Amino acid sequence: MSWLLVYPIVIPLMTAVLSYLFRNTPAGRWIAVAGTAALLLASLLLMADVLEHGVVVAQMSNWEAPFGITLAADLLGAVMVVITAITGMATVVYSLSDIPVRLERMGYYALLQILLMGVCGAFLTGDLFNLYVWFEVMLIASFGLLVLGGNREQLDGGIKYVMLNLVSTIMFLTGIGLLYGITGTLNMADLHLAVREVQNQGLLTTIAVMFMVAFGVKAALFPLFFWLPASYHTPPVAVSAIFAGLLTKVGVYSLIRCFTLIFDQDVGFTHTLLLWLAVITMVTGVLGAAAMNDFRRILSFHIISQIGYMVLGLAIFTPLGLMGAVFYLVHHIIVKANLFFVAGVAKRIGGSTDLSRLGGLYAHAPLLAFLFLIPAFSLAGFPPLSGFWAKYVVVKAALDLEMWIVAGISLVVGLLTIFSMTKIWGAAFWPAHPDGIKPRLSDLPMGDRLALMLPIICLAALTCIIGLFPEPFVQFAERSATQLLDPTEYITTVLGVQP
Amino acid sequence: MQSLILTTTTRLLAALLLMFSVYALLRGHNLPGGGFIGGLIGATAFILYTIATSEIEARRALRVGPSNIAVVGLGIAGLAGLSAGLAGEPFFTGQWLFLFAEDGGKGLPLSTVLVFDIGVYLAVFGGILTLVFALEEEI
Amino acid sequence: MELLLAITIGIVVATSVYLMLDRNALRFLFGLVLLSNAVNLIIFAGGRLTVGAPPLIPDGAYAPVGVVANALPQALVLTAIVIGFGLLAFTLALVYRTFMTLGTVNSDEMRIAEPRDKRELDTGRLGMGKADPEHPATGQEAGI
Repeated sequence: MSWLLVYPIVIPLMTAVLSYLFRNTPAGRWIAVAGTAALLLASLLLMADVLEHGVVVAQMSNWEAPFGITLAADLLGAVMVVITAITGMATVVYSLSDIPVRLERMGYYALLQILLMGVCGAFLTGDLFNLYVWFEVMLIASFGLLVLGGNREQLDGGIKYVMLNLVSTIMFLTGIGLLYGITGTLNMADLHLAVREVQNQGLLTTIAVMFMVAFGVKAALFPLFFWLPASYHTPPVAVSAIFAGLLTKVGVYSLIRCFTLIFDQDVGFTHTLLLWLAVITMVTGVLGAAAMNDFRRILSFHIISQIGYMVLGLAIFTPLGLMGAVFYLVHHIIVKANLFFVAGVAKRIGGSTDLSRLGGLYAHAPLLAFLFLIPAFSLAGFPPLSGFWAKYVVVKAALDLEMWIVAGISLVVGLLTIFSMTKIWGAAFWPAHPDGIKPRLSDLPMGDRLALMLPIICLAALTCIIGLFPEPFVQFAERSATQLLDPTEYITTVLGVQP
Repeated sequence: MQSLILTTTTRLLAALLLMFSVYALLRGHNLPGGGFIGGLIGATAFILYTIATSEIEARRALRVGPSNIAVVGLGIAGLAGLSAGLAGEPFFTGQWLFLFAEDGGKGLPLSTVLVFDIGVYLAVFGGILTLVFALEEEI
Repeated sequence: MELLLAITIGIVVATSVYLMLDRNALRFLFGLVLLSNAVNLIIFAGGRLTVGAPPLIPDGAYAPVGVVANALPQALVLTAIVIGFGLLAFTLALVYRTFMTLGTVNSDEMRIAEPRDKRELDTGRLGMGKADPEHPATGQEAGI
């Protein structure tokens, strides 16, 4: 039993309770900052423990697996919790300036903490039904955050987001019900053993596809992504940043977890299906982005295209492919959240996120322009930034299996990504502002400037560090991929027996 | 809605429902009942009161904001889970205290399970009322 | 008995799919409610149907006596019902608020977040492009 697994869930819960009770005073937001810092610390301790001792397991209420609820962290789970805490910290600091007091009084920080709790819970749980519960926790918090304030755009996008995510949830639940019906267990490690004894393998593949649809909606996989570009640009910037960074990645994480641990009995069908879905996702996402004319909407479509790369890594299903998927997952959360933060600052000083009503950012806010280029180039995959290594590993994995078409398409998608980034650069940063505004950072009050720029600078620095010193990160991703492909350690630790 | 019969009976019924909700909560450990159903029954009392008088009246009768009650309930439930840590056992393991226990008997059994159930009661009670008041406000 | 339940689930799912194909957000929501009930039945059937007593342990015993129903799917269904109830109640409130703010529940007419562009409309491409000058998003506060 390790309490380290419980902290990333309990700390946000308690922070949410306290910051909600103090929501009418400034104390509420500082409690949120302190709580998120504590979460970050707890996640780092968990990470250190996992690095040292391997898979860490906790049985809730002292019920032995597979009868009770198990929390378990392997390398992938631990790194996802760390990255969640980092993104959460950046978002909370950014919110200090971005979120008006009016929304704060409606319980903004409490909802944000509940969201973090749901995401951490989803990354740490070892039980399929419990995963469903964490998805719901995350979902209800995200519904609240998305429509908080309730202007027309938000409600419009919110309806589509809520409806389609509910369908995915119900699909997930159906899959759980059927899987329980044929195996009699919902513990993921136990399921790994149980699915091998199922007579009706065809039914199992059907259930696998059901899970694929459910997680596909969450991850915004083609053709299930329409809710994402409809809603992600409507809420306050801090909210869309954390959504863009974390929420879809929970879907990808669940795909990786389920399709390595449970559904690896019919790889020829399921993973080939995933492969082509991933490729089409990449292409549609990047083409959608090319057609957009709004800073945040371009970025929203790019999430979809990048999801394609991660799922591609999973679908290739070699150690190198999975390693790429893990690396991409971590890199993309940092970069995407950062780009949304930059879009928020551009809106703040330039007055809009519509590219035709922006301009002059390079001339008047060169620091912001520089900080935009780092994540933008990283997203497109320029060396020596983190995105280069992520893309390199995924494409290399595809080439190793002689998937020339797939590798070719992912390289072309990379090129098109550069096209949209230059489009943003060419409209928002390079020319003069159409309304003659001079968007200066120095026009913002000191406190706002600090709260807005600090997260951007830190995340950009993180991108550079991963890019310049990729060795430890690559090794980590490699170990994590090995662990995913050979889950013996995970299973023995969870069940406490030799499989 | 103005109805003399409804407002008069509501006074009696609301009190009765609240009392019954606590009964259901305490009964819950070994028999059907518990925090969730207790919270629902308790919320029913205030919903009835809302229908008989108005949402504003019901809020006044409740004194504390329903969302605050729900959040405090969450906190209590979380603390009940954490308390297992003091005894060095895994998260959410029930801790028991048998007051006045004699040989063979259990005396008055107190447990963190009950504390958790009280948390659930408050969370459900507050959550349902938050929702109902919000909907009532809209219409 | 299983067959009867399976047919029932099939009918409920078919009805809900029919409702969810509607452009009216409220009908879609009713479809979702039905669908989530169908899924609860699936979980229930997944735990096998047994004729037995409720899974309660009598005083003094450590295990249930005689044949009792499978308790796990009951717990799962209960959790799913509670969560589903919360989500659907929230969604109902959201649909109502949307109707009051936007004046429509027809999903085809909900185009404020993704406005149609005149120029692109002419060339036959729908739903992509920049803000519509005739229906600018005013950011009118409604306060949820």
